[in-house]
Amino acid sequence: MNVHEYQAKGLMRKFDISVLDGEVAKTAAEAVEVAKKLGGNIWVVKAQIHAGGRGLGGGVKLAKSLDEVEQFAKEIIGMQLVTHQTGPEGKKVQKVLVEAGCDIAQEYYFGIVLDRDSGKITMMACEEGGVNIEDVAHNTPERIIKVAIDPATGFTPYVGRKLAFAIGLEGDTMKKCVKFLSGLYELYTQKDCSVAEINPLVVTKQGDVIALDAKLNFDENALFRHPDIEQLRDPTEESADELEASKSGLSYISLDGSIGCLVNGAGLAMATMDIIKIMGGEPANFLDVGGGATKETVEKAFKIILNDKNVKAILVNIFGGIMKCDIIAEGIIAAAKSLDLKVPLIVRLEGTNVAVGKKLLQESGLAITAANDLADAAKKAVSAAKGEL
Amino acid sequence: MSILVNRDSRLITIGLTGKQGTFHTLQSRDYGTNVVGGVTPGKGGMVHEGIPVYNSTYQAVKETEANVAMIMVPPRFAADSILESIDAGVELIIAITEGIPINDMVKVRSVLNNSKSRLIGPNCPGIITPGECKVGIMPGHIHMPGSVGVISRSGTLTYEAVYQLTQRDIGQSTCVGIGGDPVNGTNFIDCLDLFEKDKDTEAVIMIGEIGGNAETEAAKWIRDNMNKPVVSFIAGASAPAGKRMGHAGAIISGGDDTAEAKYKVLEECGITLARSPAELGEKLASVL
Repeated sequence: MNVHEYQAKGLMRKFDISVLDGEVAKTAAEAVEVAKKLGGNIWVVKAQIHAGGRGLGGGVKLAKSLDEVEQFAKEIIGMQLVTHQTGPEGKKVQKVLVEAGCDIAQEYYFGIVLDRDSGKITMMACEEGGVNIEDVAHNTPERIIKVAIDPATGFTPYVGRKLAFAIGLEGDTMKKCVKFLSGLYELYTQKDCSVAEINPLVVTKQGDVIALDAKLNFDENALFRHPDIEQLRDPTEESADELEASKSGLSYISLDGSIGCLVNGAGLAMATMDIIKIMGGEPANFLDVGGGATKETVEKAFKIILNDKNVKAILVNIFGGIMKCDIIAEGIIAAAKSLDLKVPLIVRLEGTNVAVGKKLLQESGLAITAANDLADAAKKAVSAAKGEL
Repeated sequence: MSILVNRDSRLITIGLTGKQGTFHTLQSRDYGTNVVGGVTPGKGGMVHEGIPVYNSTYQAVKETEANVAMIMVPPRFAADSILESIDAGVELIIAITEGIPINDMVKVRSVLNNSKSRLIGPNCPGIITPGECKVGIMPGHIHMPGSVGVISRSGTLTYEAVYQLTQRDIGQSTCVGIGGDPVNGTNFIDCLDLFEKDKDTEAVIMIGEIGGNAETEAAKWIRDNMNKPVVSFIAGASAPAGKRMGHAGAIISGGDDTAEAKYKVLEECGITLARSPAELGEKLASVL
């Protein structure tokens, strides 16, 4: 789960990690009030959306007067901000973060992620801040310093010193950096983050170490023990259908094609999308009904697929293991009845309780095209979507 | 022969008395697995579906001499159950549970590294040695005994591969689901090594997916260490970057972890590619 920069910084304050003073504002007038309260003569007005690259898209502005704060906030709030992470349609900005300015001496990159190879939480630092770290990792991997943390010890000060010295910090600044990293590690582990990225972390002319930007992601699987984090979820940042699906235990991602997919298992769901493409069609979605689906969740899955008006055919590909084919069949029948299904439906069932499932579908009298195997199913779905079946 | 499980395996199910635990333990027993007990704290002493239940994994291991534990408990308690099984000295722990917090698994992995136990999963279908022993949630009837090893990050896609093999009358030595999570107990290379050493395995199907670099590391290992032919499919060629495709581990983040990038490395390492998931059986037949 993703949160906004202002929410991330709010959490960081609670962990004693230094961030700039600032508050979120929903209107230009509120932004001016925040700026007045902060004092000083320079402020940063930052669009709050769940995407990086906001500066390049015109979503971050440096204001040198209260008039400019008002002007920039007016421009940014309500704008459709396009960045390399939003897609061409961009995202509508609802809020801005107004922060006090600071005298930047140097910018760095710090991050905490999981290293999948070692299975350890890994802290990373790079002398270059404000850059796209994926590019640095790809082109000059030696410039990123990494330290894997032993879960038995957690963060210890040497880890912080190692990283701070590696990027050239000394004296008091080095010590402040160690404290900063210690706090960030605590936040990462205590709140079950999956990514903590400070890009850039700045050292000011006064020698302070401050997070200029902050990106925190949280492990969806751990949210059950963090109701405070769950509350930070911004539903306007997530697709309504994807949110609706996740409430029913479905994993759904909307795509651009015309063939709706209902599959059990993430791997098979991806493979089904892949083969649709190989056969010359385009999948309309990724949908994994999971192993614990009931008749009701299958019905819900159909509803979500059909909400997408581009869907011209639906391919159900079920290989029952933990999921039983008869449950799927009952769900299909219920959905066909309650949703007035008009698009062609291609069903391929195999695995646990397959005989019962097939019998239920046959006896239902529904117009279902049965498929023998994966290739057959995809071929039929592609033809159906083109109106050729 | 086979790898990891066979007719001598003695299975206990952790979370036996739950709905899923009961269903899949009975399915495994019906397949021929020697189910010797189950664990549900607080229900020790009862007999569930003819299977003795114990309060702790220690007690179950002591009483039954179990050497395999199947974890079927809900995600928030699963890491604890795995840790208990490690502490009780279970040789092989198979965690089916999906949705365990990543940081829980980071701790488990650290303890696991200093233990004698092997963990398969989590978030996996389990292991089956056809005709001998099934520990997991896969449908037993699609398998047949034979000489192809199957390793996969995905559950249902493994069934698809097995089904295609069986349709062609090609049997399997052992099928292992290593799971779709970013931190797991056993990786591709561990299984490839076991299959390379197993005299009854002649060829291997490796099913990967987008995200991470487990497949490319495995490819390099195959190039340097393996004599048996390997066929591979990578799921997610059609997946957009930055979107998590169901599995916590299946997300394209860097650019080196796309299906195309992985295929490239696999091909360079001499692995036979199945670019369509419908070609798995056919491609495997071509290397036998």
